[in-house]
Amino acid sequence: MSSGQVTKRVKYKTSVKDAGTPGRLSLVKERLLFRPNNPNSASKLDMQFKYITNHRYTKEGSNKAPMLNLTSNQACSLFAYGVSYIFEFERYEDLHICRDFVGRALAPPVEAPNLGASSQVPSEQPSRDDLLFRARLLQDSSELQKLHQQFVGGGVLTEAEFWATRKKLLEKDSNTKSKQRGGLKSSVLGESKPLIDGRTNRVTFNLTPEIVREIFSEKPAVHRAYLNFVPSKVTEKDFWTKYFRAEYLQRSKNIAAAIAEAAEDEELAIFLKPDDILANETRRKIRRVDPTLDMEADQGDDYSHLPDHGILRDGSKEVPEPGNELYRRTLLQDLNRHAAVVLQGTPIDEEQLKDTQTVAEALERSKQERSTASKDDDSMADQERLKGISQAMTIDDLRGSNDHHLAPLWIKDPRDYFDSQQASSFRTSMEATKGSMSSQEAYGLLRESISQIKSMGLNHPIVAPEVAQKVLSVLTHNISSTKYNLGKKPGESLLDSLPTSVRDELLHHHISIEELMKHFWSSYPITTKYLNTKVIKLKDEMSKMDSQLQKLKETVQPDIRHQITLLIRPMQQALEAAMQHYDAEQQKRASKAREKPNGYS
Amino acid sequence: SFSDDVSLLVVLIDTNPFFWSTSSSSLNFHQFVSHVLVFLDLIVRLSQLNQIVVIATGHNTCDYIYDSSLDTDQVTGEGELPALYSFVLQRLEEFVNKDEKLGAKQEGLSEKRASSLLSGSLSMALCYIQRVFRSGPLHPQPRILCLQGSPDGSEQYVSIMNAIFSAQRSMVPIDCCYVGSHNSAFLQQASYITGGVYVKPQHLEGLYQYLATVFAVDLHSRSFLQLPRPAGVDFRASCFCHKTTIDMGYVCSVCLSIFCKHHDKCSTCGSVFGKAQLDAASDRKRKASES
Repeated sequence: MSSGQVTKRVKYKTSVKDAGTPGRLSLVKERLLFRPNNPNSASKLDMQFKYITNHRYTKEGSNKAPMLNLTSNQACSLFAYGVSYIFEFERYEDLHICRDFVGRALAPPVEAPNLGASSQVPSEQPSRDDLLFRARLLQDSSELQKLHQQFVGGGVLTEAEFWATRKKLLEKDSNTKSKQRGGLKSSVLGESKPLIDGRTNRVTFNLTPEIVREIFSEKPAVHRAYLNFVPSKVTEKDFWTKYFRAEYLQRSKNIAAAIAEAAEDEELAIFLKPDDILANETRRKIRRVDPTLDMEADQGDDYSHLPDHGILRDGSKEVPEPGNELYRRTLLQDLNRHAAVVLQGTPIDEEQLKDTQTVAEALERSKQERSTASKDDDSMADQERLKGISQAMTIDDLRGSNDHHLAPLWIKDPRDYFDSQQASSFRTSMEATKGSMSSQEAYGLLRESISQIKSMGLNHPIVAPEVAQKVLSVLTHNISSTKYNLGKKPGESLLDSLPTSVRDELLHHHISIEELMKHFWSSYPITTKYLNTKVIKLKDEMSKMDSQLQKLKETVQPDIRHQITLLIRPMQQALEAAMQHYDAEQQKRASKAREKPNGYS
Repeated sequence: SFSDDVSLLVVLIDTNPFFWSTSSSSLNFHQFVSHVLVFLDLIVRLSQLNQIVVIATGHNTCDYIYDSSLDTDQVTGEGELPALYSFVLQRLEEFVNKDEKLGAKQEGLSEKRASSLLSGSLSMALCYIQRVFRSGPLHPQPRILCLQGSPDGSEQYVSIMNAIFSAQRSMVPIDCCYVGSHNSAFLQQASYITGGVYVKPQHLEGLYQYLATVFAVDLHSRSFLQLPRPAGVDFRASCFCHKTTIDMGYVCSVCLSIFCKHHDKCSTCGSVFGKAQLDAASDRKRKASES
């Protein structure tokens, strides 16, 4: 149907299970209207299509009743964010007609060409979460709500612009989802003692994904072996059995047995030998150390001869057995490695600690990322190191001096300023020179006054008593009025002493003017039509605010009027400055347009 | 022995003829001088140790009129008027003649500035006070009282600000009783910065009452009294290029000189400024519209 209006009998439900209020649904070009049959029912609806984001409907073939579900993001109604309106029709034909109508009504705004909109038009579609969050913010702060109503409701600012300056507020929510990863435990998990059952000669080790992560981070050779052998060569259970057998052998410090077993089983050998990946890394690190460091040791570095310092190690009793060095692993080595890994941090999340396979893959991935990043750095670092070494080896004293091209500080002779001051003051035009008196006449007047005093003497009394009385009362009034007692009593402020309605109004004006100023000044320089229209709207709002402030000043009580005037003055000055700027820009633009004789416009 | 409530009061009297010739009917020069003379007498009588110095602020020059501590200025009573008055009047007349003569020499251009040389008299007052400071440990507490009516000369902005800051440094309050039509921004700032009192009397026919109530009190007793303070201070500055009063302008980041328009180079310290963003934007606009 291509008619402009559709009316159908429906039942309005808030959820699918709801019984629904029977009534009539009218769809006109831009709004939908629902009137319940019972005039006393409260569920009357009147909405514009532009607030409807989504429409869903039940399929004809299904067994469900024909229903149309419209979701809205009506910004004006704070409680209606993301609310869905469900209408149940009597027949599927009705549903189809309404659905087409709704589809047509929703489609045009999307297809309309964006006239003159440049990249500066904030055209984002806020997500559902954002909308909900905005609604919550508005609910929490009545001040924000009033501001929102005044500007967005009044059409001065769009939603997007209003919230654009408040990104900080909106982001607070996302920050509650902590992006922090938990750190690694500093205790060495792998060292947890296994259960040793003396009777059945069984040793039971515990293995959790966390322990697996620790093992893989600390021993990259084991990690590599895992990736290579499991599940192709060895099953996971076998892998870990071998690993823990190696651990047990190490712990028992039975080096001969370790060597024997390593000779038999090559995988076991991997676990027993020192980690070659680690060895490569340390070798690379050593290469990167700057040899030009001044490593000269002096008396202060010799702490071993001080009393109570250091542990004397007498290595004479330890006889290293040849060939066994490879298979020895000391506690110190283990601790150091664990500490290094803990400090490095964990590259994988808690969620990835599901099982061994995931952990292994995740670690592998993170390692690859790091290695690609560091490979380029390495080559660069080498070159830079060589350059640095050659530079550092030159002796400063034997080099020529560096010519620092600094400009010398120069300040003019202040006397020039004062001399030119006289000259310029002659050139400056007459400021407020009233009266047509020549200088001779003026000086003559002075002289006359002086001679008058000499001849006539002074008045007796010099000041009439009534005048003196008046002056004294004025002065005491000035001194004793509240503005001079401000700040004397702690905790008292001018705003608190004003009546609450006036105070609230003042505060609201201040906040709205601040908001206007933010948007106004951020729109300059005006480069697009969008900004131009925005500025015009803002300027109208500003003149409205100005007249409002003026009215406030006039209607307030006379005894606080002076203080109110003083409080309002900076706001009025800000508005004035903005409007003047706008007028000046307009004039400049008008004059520029007139300057182009070739007809450019 | 010296007591705390002794004051050394330096009074700066505005004798700018171009101001007094246009002043309102409620206060002409005749009445002004009468009120001031009685006030000076009051100060002298309040304490034997009080000292006053009177400096005249003219149109082309400034000079010391009276110094109560000088032997040459000790007066003896004779004639109708008290001696102090006739002495001061005499000196004033001589000063006015000197001022006129100096003006006649320079004034081939018939320019009439309405402002007086406040910066000069402030400097003279501060120099005198410095000399008193260096004279020994026992000296009264000095303060400056400006009786000014002429409007601010914006070409004197820098000198007046320098004087104000040195007064602040030496802890010399600058009080002001302004008898002109519109408030003087410089003097308001001076009183605010140095901790003095600024009063613009509403009822000029009672000027003496204002002077006696507010400005006769010595510095020590001020801590026990509440003196009137103005509601706000006009903190506007003058630009360095045209000496016009501005409230929005450009500031050199090296020497803090103030300009009203964008310049390429700072005229005080010579540092080169970058191109302003506004100009760059308007250039872009011009290029876009021309293409």
